[in-house]
Amino acid sequence: MFALELPATGVFDCWRMQARGLAGRNVRSRDVVWRRHGSPPSLLAGEAFPDGDAPGVAMTVPKAFLVLAREASCHRDEHVFALLYDLLLRVMHDGDILSNPADPAVRQLEVMAKSVRRDAHKMKAFVRFKELPQDDGNRRRFAAWFEPEHFILEHVAGFFVRRFADMDWLIATPRGSLSCVGGDLAIDATPAVNSNLSDGVEDLWRTYYGNIFNPARLKVKAMQAEMPRKYWKNLPEASLIPELIRGAEARAQGMRLAAATPPPSHLAKIKAPAVPPASAATGDFTSLADLHESARHCRRCDLCLHATQTVCGEGSSTARIMFVGEQPGDKEDIAGKPFVGPAGALFAQALAQAGLARADVYVTNAVKHFKFQPRGKRRIHQRPNGTEINICRWWLTQEIRLVQPRLLVGMGATAMLALTGDGSRVMSRRGRVEETPEQRTVLPTLHPSAILRASNAGEADAMKTLFFDDIKSAASFVS
Amino acid sequence: MTQLTVQKKLEILSDAAKYDASCASSGTARRHSDSRGGLGSTEGHGICHAYAPDGRCISLLKILMTNFCIYDCAFCINRASSNVARARFSVEEIITLTIEFYRRNYIEGLFLSSGIIKSPDATMVDMLRVVRALRMDHDFRGYIHLKTIPHASPALIEEAGRYADRLSVNIEFPSDESFARLAPEKDVTEIKKAMAGIRTHISDASEKTMVSKKARTFAPAGQSTQMIVGADAANDSVILSRAAGLYGSYALKRVYYSAFSPIPDSSRILPLIKPPMMREHRLYQADWLLRFYGFSLDEVTSTTETGMLDLDVDPKLAYALRNRHLFPVNVNTAAREMLMRIPGMGVKSVKRILEARRHGLLRYDDLARLGGRMKTAKAFLASGDWTPGRLLDSAHLRSSFVAPEQLSLI
Repeated sequence: MFALELPATGVFDCWRMQARGLAGRNVRSRDVVWRRHGSPPSLLAGEAFPDGDAPGVAMTVPKAFLVLAREASCHRDEHVFALLYDLLLRVMHDGDILSNPADPAVRQLEVMAKSVRRDAHKMKAFVRFKELPQDDGNRRRFAAWFEPEHFILEHVAGFFVRRFADMDWLIATPRGSLSCVGGDLAIDATPAVNSNLSDGVEDLWRTYYGNIFNPARLKVKAMQAEMPRKYWKNLPEASLIPELIRGAEARAQGMRLAAATPPPSHLAKIKAPAVPPASAATGDFTSLADLHESARHCRRCDLCLHATQTVCGEGSSTARIMFVGEQPGDKEDIAGKPFVGPAGALFAQALAQAGLARADVYVTNAVKHFKFQPRGKRRIHQRPNGTEINICRWWLTQEIRLVQPRLLVGMGATAMLALTGDGSRVMSRRGRVEETPEQRTVLPTLHPSAILRASNAGEADAMKTLFFDDIKSAASFVS
Repeated sequence: MTQLTVQKKLEILSDAAKYDASCASSGTARRHSDSRGGLGSTEGHGICHAYAPDGRCISLLKILMTNFCIYDCAFCINRASSNVARARFSVEEIITLTIEFYRRNYIEGLFLSSGIIKSPDATMVDMLRVVRALRMDHDFRGYIHLKTIPHASPALIEEAGRYADRLSVNIEFPSDESFARLAPEKDVTEIKKAMAGIRTHISDASEKTMVSKKARTFAPAGQSTQMIVGADAANDSVILSRAAGLYGSYALKRVYYSAFSPIPDSSRILPLIKPPMMREHRLYQADWLLRFYGFSLDEVTSTTETGMLDLDVDPKLAYALRNRHLFPVNVNTAAREMLMRIPGMGVKSVKRILEARRHGLLRYDDLARLGGRMKTAKAFLASGDWTPGRLLDSAHLRSSFVAPEQLSLI
């Protein structure tokens, strides 16, 4: 039987070293009694552990064991050291045990580690520093009193060091103190006493706490689940809680019953003008700018609800060619401009090859809002339906009337449907010009997105050649 | 006008800020102070430093710069036509409060919002003066959440993203009609465009440039938004569909749902109701199903009656009750997607089940140890030694989960 007393600080490292030695000598778990520094010795006092290194055994354990052991060893129940040693002996034979959360010993230690983590978290949350008068140095000095449940001071020290590097601080607890003066951390295991300091800033903090509380949403249990009563006595704001709870219902009721007061007399002077209502545009636009402004507020169909913005056409108001696509995509919806995404890049290439400058043509879409299905953090493009195309054709017709292009290029079946009323496959239609009901000439071609969706590189190349040829034909048609 | 004390201003400007539900301080880049200087740190997950009796966490100093406002949004305590007391903090006052609260470990950082004074740009410029000084002059390394002002110019938003951990713009309502009716001076398209702009900056910043391998910093904790629940007639299906659209469109970290709550000196056009807290809670649960449990929007909204989520049982349980043919799920063989649909099993318990079952057949008693809420789960799962049998098909199954209304003595 061995009886081991762990030191006041550096507990885990000592346990680790001792456990390694015991395991190396094949000492069984039930033959060791562990106790924390200063706790009363067991009645079964045994022999002290022999000095010197254990016989050389290579001892490797999964990293997860050390993580678990380091946390669990802070637990106030000193039985934890025996549980850990017992588990160590098992883990040495079968490292896989740890990954079985249904193993009762693993589970028990995990529950203990969790309790330690929660305590550490609450310490980071509920320590309240109070300022001390400055001494000769120029660093500000703060002190706090906290009552942790477990032996967590070493475990949380790093957090306070990283956070408050430019001040000196002391956290005193019944389980010892942490301090950092001039950047040097010190841990003292001697139990401290509460010196009940006060700090003027606490009044401001209480003002904030009382006013950020919404009396119409009283949920006392939810508060207590996260901020249990045992912490209240060291929280300056907690003294307000009973009064806030008592007065809540009357305050909420008072707000409900109070009649609205007339607005202040200077309201008209300070108030911003209202956004003009989404009026039904009449179609007597005299310029593209006029049309674009009106289209911004379009609510003709439901697509505006989820899209970011109306994406109108852009380009020359006297363009000889107007290119019509299907609808803005994800990138276009965000940017508010047509053909700026991947399909836009392909379209730009085609224009360049045909010797056309984007500024000289007009580029627009059959439908002006992006239609999509949200899928997590992405948006999956959806084809607009006949009704949506029909409703949005109104805008397209206005754009055509204002630009008066000599040639319309319908890219894809949706554009062709909007322009000619015929939405059949464009691959069988390309090569010939068609007409709109108003007898304007339309050249059908494929949509650049179709090329991006091609199933293989060969097919994509072939489609790209066709598309580029069509754009060249359009250029020579108007030259 | 007499000069208000800082204490009085804090009273007014924190009272004015409490209707914004967000108080998160998690998920930002890790930083800390050290011997070379600085104050503050961020370490992955945020810390709630206190809880108010409304059950809400207090993690940040959440205040308005000013509650003077040129907009007259009906739902808002600070609307131009309200007669609430008005105040305005100076830049120095906000900085002092933030730093002094931070040094005493009251907060993780600052959440700064504001009423709109003069113009959106003028307001944004003033807010930027605060956060710029905190970061540059005071070397403050704690968390900053900045409410960006819609209609503010893109260059200002870009600068905001350099100092703030999180940016947010509130969409306020699930439908554009409600927005136009209740916030008549604001343009909902401008709100969406602001979110779109932030998304673009965030994704640009995450791409490494040719010049430096290090990505630029832009709002490392992402962006969020808030919707008010219960001030308009929109039902839960409409709200969730709006939320799903926003998550897909703007890479939002969170959509906050805020039950419409009585405010002092409320507007005549909005009824002051008891805030629909349970409805708000169910919406958060449904939001979680969409984001972490692999449910589609249609699956979640299929559990609604006339568009409203069941208030008596949570949406995952409601889904299971309506789709009993998919259950019981065998915990020893089922795929993760199905385990995630067992009511009473959360993401963590499912992870533990998947780990534990590699070591042997799971029995009923194991499941409780793995963190399952067995009272709910037992009707929907089968294990080595358990099958729910007729329990699953019982006509009383739903009512067994609904807490009876409390009787009280008169």
